[in-house]
Order: sequence, then structure tokens, then C-alpha cells
Amino acid sequence: MLHQLSWKVGGQQGEGIESTGEIFSTAMNRLGYHLYGYRHFSSRIKGGHTNNKINVRTSTVHTIPDDLNILVAFDQETIEINYKELTKEGVILADAKFKPVKPEDCLAELYIVPFTEIATELGTSLMKNMVAIGATAALMNLEDEVFQSVVNEIFGRKGEAVVQKNMEAIAKGHQITNELLKDQVGKFELEPGDGKHRLFMIGNEALALGALAAGSRLMSAYPITPASEIMEYLIKKLPKFGGTVIQTEDEIAAATMAIGASYGGARAFTASAGPGLSLMMEALGLAGMTETPLVVVDTQRGGPSTGLPTKQEQSDLMAMLYGTHGEIPKVVIAPSTGEEAFYDMIQAFNIADELQLPVIVLSDLQLSLGKQTVEPFDYSKISINRGKLKMDELPELEDKQYFKRYEFTEDGISTRVVPGQKYGIHHVTGVEHNEEGKPSEAAGNRKKQMDKRFRKLQYVHFDTPVFTDAPNKEADVLLVGFGSTKGAIEEIRPMLDAEGIKTNHAHIRLIYPFPVEEMKPLIDHAKKVIVVENNATGQLANILKLNMGHHDKIVNLTKYDGTPFLPLELLDRVKELLTDGDI
Amino acid sequence: MVTFKDFRNTVKPNWCPGCGDFSVQAAIQRAAANLDIEPHELAVVSGIGCSGRLSGYINSYGLHGIHGRALPIAQGLKMANRDLNVIATGGDGDGFAIGMGHTIHSIRRNIDITYVVMDNQIYGLTKGQTSPRSAAGFVTKSTPGGAIEPSLKPLEVALSSGATFVAQSFSTDLKELTAIIEEGMKHRGFAFINVFSPCVTYNKVNTYDWFKEHITKLSSVEGYDPSNRTEAMRTVMEYEGLVTGIIYQNENEPSYQEKVIGYHEEPLNKADIMIKEEELNELMKEFM
Ligand SMILES: Cc1ncc(C[n+]2csc(CCOP(=O)(O)OP(=O)(O)O)c2C)c(N)n1
Ligand code: SF4
Ligand SMILES: [Mg+2]
Repeated sequence: MLHQLSWKVGGQQGEGIESTGEIFSTAMNRLGYHLYGYRHFSSRIKGGHTNNKINVRTSTVHTIPDDLNILVAFDQETIEINYKELTKEGVILADAKFKPVKPEDCLAELYIVPFTEIATELGTSLMKNMVAIGATAALMNLEDEVFQSVVNEIFGRKGEAVVQKNMEAIAKGHQITNELLKDQVGKFELEPGDGKHRLFMIGNEALALGALAAGSRLMSAYPITPASEIMEYLIKKLPKFGGTVIQTEDEIAAATMAIGASYGGARAFTASAGPGLSLMMEALGLAGMTETPLVVVDTQRGGPSTGLPTKQEQSDLMAMLYGTHGEIPKVVIAPSTGEEAFYDMIQAFNIADELQLPVIVLSDLQLSLGKQTVEPFDYSKISINRGKLKMDELPELEDKQYFKRYEFTEDGISTRVVPGQKYGIHHVTGVEHNEEGKPSEAAGNRKKQMDKRFRKLQYVHFDTPVFTDAPNKEADVLLVGFGSTKGAIEEIRPMLDAEGIKTNHAHIRLIYPFPVEEMKPLIDHAKKVIVVENNATGQLANILKLNMGHHDKIVNLTKYDGTPFLPLELLDRVKELLTDGDI
Repeated sequence: MVTFKDFRNTVKPNWCPGCGDFSVQAAIQRAAANLDIEPHELAVVSGIGCSGRLSGYINSYGLHGIHGRALPIAQGLKMANRDLNVIATGGDGDGFAIGMGHTIHSIRRNIDITYVVMDNQIYGLTKGQTSPRSAAGFVTKSTPGGAIEPSLKPLEVALSSGATFVAQSFSTDLKELTAIIEEGMKHRGFAFINVFSPCVTYNKVNTYDWFKEHITKLSSVEGYDPSNRTEAMRTVMEYEGLVTGIIYQNENEPSYQEKVIGYHEEPLNKADIMIKEEELNELMKEFM
């Protein structure tokens, strides 16, 4: 029996490929397996090849694998595009309808199953995906019942008869495939899952749920791939919490509206991707200058310009660290898994409130859209800290006297009050200002206010600035990454170790202010530092060099073709970079 | 009793003597006092321009943001605290050039705030370039041969964007302007108020005298009915936009806040935002 299985379904976009993957993976999740799914899709809505690859495992996983065990194909294109991933023992389950042909150099076995025909006989060709799921069940030796609860949920509304028909389609697919496979039945049987209830969600859902748990009641946003699911999730949920999502006319409005709401004392945020973040730059400066808490999620995608809107990339890093004109304090954090996405949102809102500045949560397409197993969120880990926000009664002020909203303090953080409070009147402006918020261009005041704003950065409380998996005291290689590359790196670190290349892994979670203290020993005790990132210019590597020095040790390992790193591919690339002297 | 003096602060405006914006400031202060609002219950959000400075000259909460973005900031603020009185202000460049998208969509959205534009047909702060409100042929630093583009018609834009309150006034007519701002603040949705507020330094064409000569007060138009949108549009076109008074008001249309499903009656900034364990569990169940 296997510990891991890699399964993929492919066909034309809009043909129910998503739901096939969805039904299969939800059922696997309920059996207590760990999953990681990644969808390949194009910007077109209907038509164009799409596929959904799902990694099923008996232990934690944060990546899709390089190879493939089962390919479910609804058209020849799916076979052509994907067959090279199949292992020797792999299997293609193809719909008889398109008269599938096995490519000459394809090592895997092709089984032609009449998906559409069976489905049509049972009433509608739409059920061809259920037949395919039945065929998968045969290969994995699964009971059809494992799909029952999912089928109930999807088709229950349409009545018992429809549920029955769909289960019948699964059974038929299972049975016919059994006959075809003969001795291969159960070839891909997995060790049983642990039956634990875990979440199966995309990163954007974890981010959205995190915002909700952080107490955000307003989201202003403009749709964009791959961020839209965040607003779409919250517009369903926020009304139950008294809040709402406002779809604005553009991202400038989205960011400034969130600033307005935050100025008003509510927790508000926005989410977008590269093009939207470009439009928000001036607003980030306003939040920085006026010390208004602001949380912005950037789900990075292929840039520049419209770039590769549906593909993976991590190329907004520099723009997020340095973006907006002039200089403001800003915090940039980068979750790398669904769990981190959730808790990081809570931390982002807390940091924004505590330090009164913009916090950017840097996701990427793979994390945002990759559907993954996530451990249930721990309620006891949720806390809300609004810093020096003072919403209760304020001491009396003399008539016309303004509240010192920008009072100079030791930590640089001043008491924040909101409109509507008696004795709290003050001015807020993006112009340089004095302690009461009134415009002031005096040189002395200017310097003091700049220093005050930047002083706040010394007080960032973030639980894990660097995730480390560093079993080697002295390492040959330190692999460094941020965001969703974690999954591939964590797969290969032990593999390299096993090959005698002593390897440590550091994943940077707090990118600004940069965790110099945490990174120092890791870099000092590594012969070579390889920075793995999805961009062309090695942005994280440059930031590492800027903060840590060690230019001679730091090596770029980049990928910018729009696809995520795969573990074995990464393994080869790392080894290519190692010379004899390194080990 | 609150009086307009309560809305005065200690900052001396840096507007040129004679600038129309002084009266707009006075009218806002008077309107708020007439409505018996206390200074801390009012927030003025302004854009960037000479006009944008206004929020710093009123003893109330005030935010002076970025060029063209007063409206989204003001709407966010109102959504966070539905009990607060929110006024957005800015210039004609702020609202009709760089911020035009927000102007139209704020009108459509109909969140209950009041928007006062100080329309001087010029860019004051940047020292005299053409504005979308400058008339064709208007000579400025950036249009030495005279403006080629036609002047934007804000009242027609507002009416065709689904406005529920459209008014226009002239800064010297403090009585009318104050009354209009009061009505705008009482209006249940978005109130759009364009105010002719002459720039004495850079606009030598659209002067106080010029406006006096060209403006028609709607109160002098026999039987004018501000609840009739068609008539409003016809009148505005007939007078080439040079009318003052309440041009159109639809008192029956609910505001955005009234329409949002589930939106708390209590201001969001006062909500208990800590999620309950059962709520989190319920939300997680959907992913299991
Ligand atoms: C993004 C941006 N672009 C340009 C400017 C420069 N700027 C400041 S105010 C202004 C126009 C002012 O005209 P208006 O809005 O009519 O205000 P007024 O000064 O006439 O009251 C411009 C172009 C700016 N502050 N921000
Ligand atoms: S330049 Fe014009 S608009 Fe600006 S303060 Fe002077 S008169 Fe007023
Ligand atoms: Mg102007």
C-alpha cells in the first residue's frame, strides 16, 4: 500500500473539471488524508485546457509532486500536455468518447473507459465526472460510499433521485473499470487515512477567515485574480457579523476606503494583486504618514503589467517593501501555508493597530489558490490587540484645544482616538504635521515626527519571524525562501541530507523589518546560502544580501516561467549549484 | 446651544484674501451649528488643493488626505461609524479630474454623506492651470492658446449618475449656501453640492461679478419642482448649469447603509469584534 498518490484530472475549462477534482479531494480529506491541490487554468472562462493536480498523502504536505500516478483525461489534449509526468506504473483513465491515443513515448498504461457513454445511459452526460471518480475508486480500491456524503451535499438540493443517479454513475464507473483492470484493481491503494477532521481550503479562504477572526467588519476591494475569492468569501459571511464588503470602482478607492474606515475605528482591509497594489501606492503612503492602521493583502501573480494573471510568481516583493514615494514605516509578512495565512491575518491586524501603520500580507498565487489540508484553527490562539486605541472617555480639554494624536512618545506610538469622541478632536493630514496633526514644515518637528514614525518598527511583535527546519549545526547548504515555495523546499531538505549534503531550511515569514538576528546564526553556520524564489531578479536574495552581507555565499535559484517549483526539479537545481568545494 | 463659533479653531487659513473658500467654510460651520451637531460629532474629509485645506480650519474632526480621494475615505469613515456626520470637500480638479471616478460612483452608491465641491474653474494650489470646469477658450498657464476641451457639466453628470440630492450655490450667498448644506446633511443618502467659489488670484474671468451677472436662483423660477428629475435636467441644460438652489432631491430612495444586508444598527467601530468559538467552528465546518 502507498503513502502517497498523485492524481490529476484534465479537460476543457468549463466542463466540470473543477468539480471532479473537488469531489475526489473532499472525499479524501474526509478520510483523514493530507492533500495539496494545484489548478492549472487559463484566463479564459470557457475552453482552454485546465487541470487539477492533487497530492494525497498520509502525512503533511504543502506541494504538488513532480510525477503523477493517475491521469483522468476528458480530451486528447489532456493526455498530450500531461503524460510526461506519469510514472512507469502510472495509469491514464480516458473517456472513450474522444478516441484516446497513447503517445508513443508514454510509459504509462492507457485505459479507455466509456465515461460519457455510461453517464448518458444513466440520464445525462454531465455525470461523466462521476463515472471517472468511480474509475479512480477502482484503482485505489475505495468503497463507493466514501463519496456518498459529498454527493449528498452537492446534489441533495436536487432531490434524492439525482443523488441516487450520481452514486449509480460512480458505481458503474467503478465496476466497468474493475473489469478492464483485472489484476490491476487496487493498484494505487493507499494506507488508510487517520480519519481526523481537517480543513480543506484554498489560501484565500484561510486569509478571509483570518480577517473575520481578526474582527475585520469591512472589506473594500476590486476584483482581480488571484485575490477575488477573499472578497467573495467575506461577502457571504460578513452580513452575519454586521459588516459588509464594498466592491469599489478601483483599487485606489478600495485602499482609501479601508483607510477611512480604519480612521473611523473599525478594522477594515483590502486585498488585491500586483496591478491593484500599484494603484494603492499613494494610499499606503497616506496610511503611513497619518499613522492609520491598514491591512493590505497582495496575492502575487505573474507580472509585470498584466503579465501572467493566472500564474505563480513572487515578484512584488521589492515593490511591497519599498513602494510608495517617500519613506514610511511598514510591516511586510509572508505566510507560506493555509494555517499561517489564517494566523498571519490576525497578527497583521494586531500589528497594524499596535503600531498604527500599514501591514502588507504577501501571499502568492500558489498559496492563494492552491487547495490544501489545513489543521483546524485553534480558537485559543486568536487574540485581538488594538494597541493604543482609546475608545472610552477622554480627559477634558480646554475649548479649541486639539488632542495630541501624534504625541511624541518613547516607543513612537501615540494614543489613537476616533471621530465622534468628545475631547478627541485633532487633525489628520498627509502633510507633515505637529503633535496635534496640524500642518507643520518646521525642520525640527519634521525630523522628530519622522523619527517617531520609524521608532515604531522596533516594537513589531510577530510570533515566528523565520520558520526554521535546521537540524544541522554546520550546514553545507542553507535553503531560504518565502511564501508557497516552502512546500517544495521542505520536501527536498531531508532528501539532500540523506545524500550527505547537510541542508538547513529557513523560510522568512517577517520580511520587513528583516529578521537579522534570527537569520544570522543560520547564515554563519552554512557554507552556501541558496535563495529559492519565483522571480527573475532574485529579489529575496538581494534583500538578504542587503541585510546580512555575505554576498559571496548567497546564490540565486529563481524560476519565473509561471509555474511553481516542484520538489525533484528543485532538488536537481540545488545540486547543480553545488560544487565540490561546497560539501 | 451650539453656535457656529464652536466650529472655529485657532488655525489661520492661508487662503488669499477674498478667496471664495472662506464663505464655504463659514457655511459648513453654520449649517452644523444650525443642526445642533457638536464639533466632535462632525468629521470633514478633504482632498488636496487650496480648497482641501478646509478640513484643517474647522473645529471638528478632519482628515486632509490625498488628491482626489476624499470621497472613498469619507465613505469608509461613514461605514465605520454610521452615527457620525461626515462631510467631504474638495476642489473642481480634485472632484472632477483626478477623483471623477469616485464622484460618479459615490453618487451611485448613495452612502449618507455630504459632498461640497469648491468650484473655481481653475487649479488654485498649483498656481493656475486649466481645470475640467474651465470654459472652452479659457487662457491659463497650461492652456496659453485657450482651453480646447469643453467644460464638464457636474450637475448633468450627477443627475444622470442616479443622484438623490443635487444642489448648487454661490459662496457669497451665505444664507442660501448654509441652508443647502443643512438640507444636504439632513438628506438620507449622498448629497452632491457644487459651489461656485471664485479664485481671486488665478481666475480673472469667472469673478464674483461674473457669477452675479450669470446666475439664476431657482427660487425665482416659477413653480420649479426639485422632485422632478426630468425637469431638473431640462432646467440645468436650459440655464447652462448656471442655477443655484436645490436642483433635485429624491427623499424616498433609501441610502446605501439602509440597503446593506445585515449591516449593524450599532456603529461598526463599537462592535464587539471577538469571534465566538461556536462561530469559528461553524465557519470551519464548511471546509471539512
Ligand atoms: C496625485 C497628485 N497629482 C498632482 C498633485 C498636485 N495638485 C495638488 S492640488 C492640484 C489641483 C488643485 O485644483 P483643485 O482641485 O481645483 O483645487 P483648488 O486648489 O482650485 O481649490 C494638483 C494638480 C497632487 N497633490 N497629487
Ligand atoms: S489661489 Fe485662488 S483658490 Fe487658492 S486660496 Fe488663492 S484665491 Fe483661493
Ligand atoms: Mg479648483
